[in-house]
Amino acid sequence: MTTGFTIYHPEGDQPSTPKRVPHRGGAANPSATTVAARFPGAVLRSIVGWGETTLFVAADQLHDVVQWLHDEPSECYDYLSDVTAVEYRDLSQPMEVVWHLRSVKYRRFLRLKVQLAKDAPLAVPSVWDIYKGADWLERETFDMFGITFTGHPDLRRILLWESFTEGHPLRKDFPLRGRFSRSQQLTNALAAAPESRYSMEELSIADAFEDLPLDMRARLAGGDRTGE
Amino acid sequence: MATKRTIEVELSTSGLDREGRPQRVPIVTSGGAAVALEAPPSLEPDLGGEHMLINIGPQHPATHGVLRLVLELDGETVVRCIPHVGYLHCGFEKIGEYRQYNQIIPWTDREDYLNCIGNNIAFSLGAERLFGIEITPRCTVLRVMAMELSRIASHLVWMGTTGIDIGAYTPFLWSFQERENIYNLLEGWFGARLTTSGSRVGGMAADIPDKWLEGLNGFLYSFPKTLDECDRMLTRNAIWVGRTIGLGVMGPEEALNYGLSGPMVRASGVAYDVRRDFPYLDYETYDFEVPVGNQGDVYDRYLVRMEEMRQSVRILEQAVKRLPDGPVNVDDPRVILPPKHKATSEMESMIHHFKNVMEGPRPPIGETYVAVEAPKGEKGYYFVSDGTSKPARWRIRPPSFVNLSAIPKMVEGHLLSDVIAINASIDIVMGEIDR
Repeated sequence: MTTGFTIYHPEGDQPSTPKRVPHRGGAANPSATTVAARFPGAVLRSIVGWGETTLFVAADQLHDVVQWLHDEPSECYDYLSDVTAVEYRDLSQPMEVVWHLRSVKYRRFLRLKVQLAKDAPLAVPSVWDIYKGADWLERETFDMFGITFTGHPDLRRILLWESFTEGHPLRKDFPLRGRFSRSQQLTNALAAAPESRYSMEELSIADAFEDLPLDMRARLAGGDRTGE
Repeated sequence: MATKRTIEVELSTSGLDREGRPQRVPIVTSGGAAVALEAPPSLEPDLGGEHMLINIGPQHPATHGVLRLVLELDGETVVRCIPHVGYLHCGFEKIGEYRQYNQIIPWTDREDYLNCIGNNIAFSLGAERLFGIEITPRCTVLRVMAMELSRIASHLVWMGTTGIDIGAYTPFLWSFQERENIYNLLEGWFGARLTTSGSRVGGMAADIPDKWLEGLNGFLYSFPKTLDECDRMLTRNAIWVGRTIGLGVMGPEEALNYGLSGPMVRASGVAYDVRRDFPYLDYETYDFEVPVGNQGDVYDRYLVRMEEMRQSVRILEQAVKRLPDGPVNVDDPRVILPPKHKATSEMESMIHHFKNVMEGPRPPIGETYVAVEAPKGEKGYYFVSDGTSKPARWRIRPPSFVNLSAIPKMVEGHLLSDVIAINASIDIVMGEIDR
């Protein structure tokens, strides 16, 4: 008895290993032109390096561009490989948020970037409603860089614990060895006792948060989840 | 050149027929449609549907590392699952910004520690694209051999530990015996069993030693027999089949949308394999098949991984036949050190050695994302170079991390004991998830 689903195959010819890829120039991903034609003004810059096409997209139009790339049958970017961010050693350069999109169907690879000025709030739209796989990737980027993804349903730290207050480790102003001495870090980590805490949404009282006494609300908001 | 095919076989079953062949049978049928069993009158007091919150981990043998799952249970049924990761977080990406390219390679050993040499090679491939280096033909074939050996070793650990989780102890012993053979081979090649650090930008740490290929041939002779024995122990085993069928089902569109990769997405019926769709190391010239499941459950993931090991053996056999002679390292003084005897006897070579080690090679400004098909899925390294000898950003795209993020979806509505089987089927390595 077969209840199986249709097998999803990539289309087109079998590609071969790229050889002698030039540093600059080379054939651009055809989606670069179609995106620029569909969203005039959204693509600020487009570069091809080592055979990979990078589109710099305006932050306010990023969600529309990704949605269109995902939905449009001739583009069909059905797979989100990665979401991450880049901060350069030259701190005057803007931060960059990077999306690596793949079209498994047409075997294409596209990199989207949004540049964020350091003096403005670091926020970009979330693509969680388009790709569910963006959930943890966006949480990690938030955790490591402090970039807010507006529209993400549950944006909290993922690799570090919720009460970590030292900042965002992959920022260039974060020292390699952390902000405290090793012994102080150990003391802090033991005091944090993350296993003894449940996050707000794990608590059955989370729904009734508004009905709780004020002092209890303040205690919970301050990170005290031990119930002691 | 051989063509790539995708085999579509009836991979999934749900029970055994009289001859012992697995087949998919609904428990109760009425005119072909499944009917819900009527619940027997309960003797237990009604607990009012109260939900219970339980913790699995972070120190629990069945979570395959320091994973913590907070489960909300209704009776024994999982209503909600909230995973917590990060207990092993060491900041590899941060450390990478303070290291030269060749100095990062030992860190790649320590993320997915079941696929060390595979990570080393993936990292080197990315760095070589930055430097514009074309590796030698011998190095290409050697790397394919190392990566496929590593894939087999990783899948063997998966099969053994998953077997233990579900209650089968014997395949664990058999698979770890074969894994030892692989590690003996890697030890002969790189001098280390687990943390190999075996590749360099532009080549490998060492060429294979004399008689190494005979050892590999011996392994390729004995391993399929062990694999067949494990196959006989598990594939038609009623307990195994009963514990894995129909669990954690993901449809093809769903699996792609959740970003699953590797055996996870292929078991869901998506023929996506980085080796074939975005090839590297001349994988397109090898004759191998990409197994694809059609049910997307735990049993399909098991079958896909078993078939992948067989295909890896095929690739290894072809690689042994085509291994060319010649140098392993590229002739590129930017990244390759001079021979040791020259560095200690000639001034120019000593300066060359000193500058390469102390200052490090500098790639041009730019960025690249290089993905390989690791045993767990699409493993990507993203480099951003600002023209200095250390990357401005080094990003690991961890397949286990993205695969694990779908676990709340996969365990919903299943029993507590099935959570263990589903979690095992993802094949997570916490070192890679937490980095």
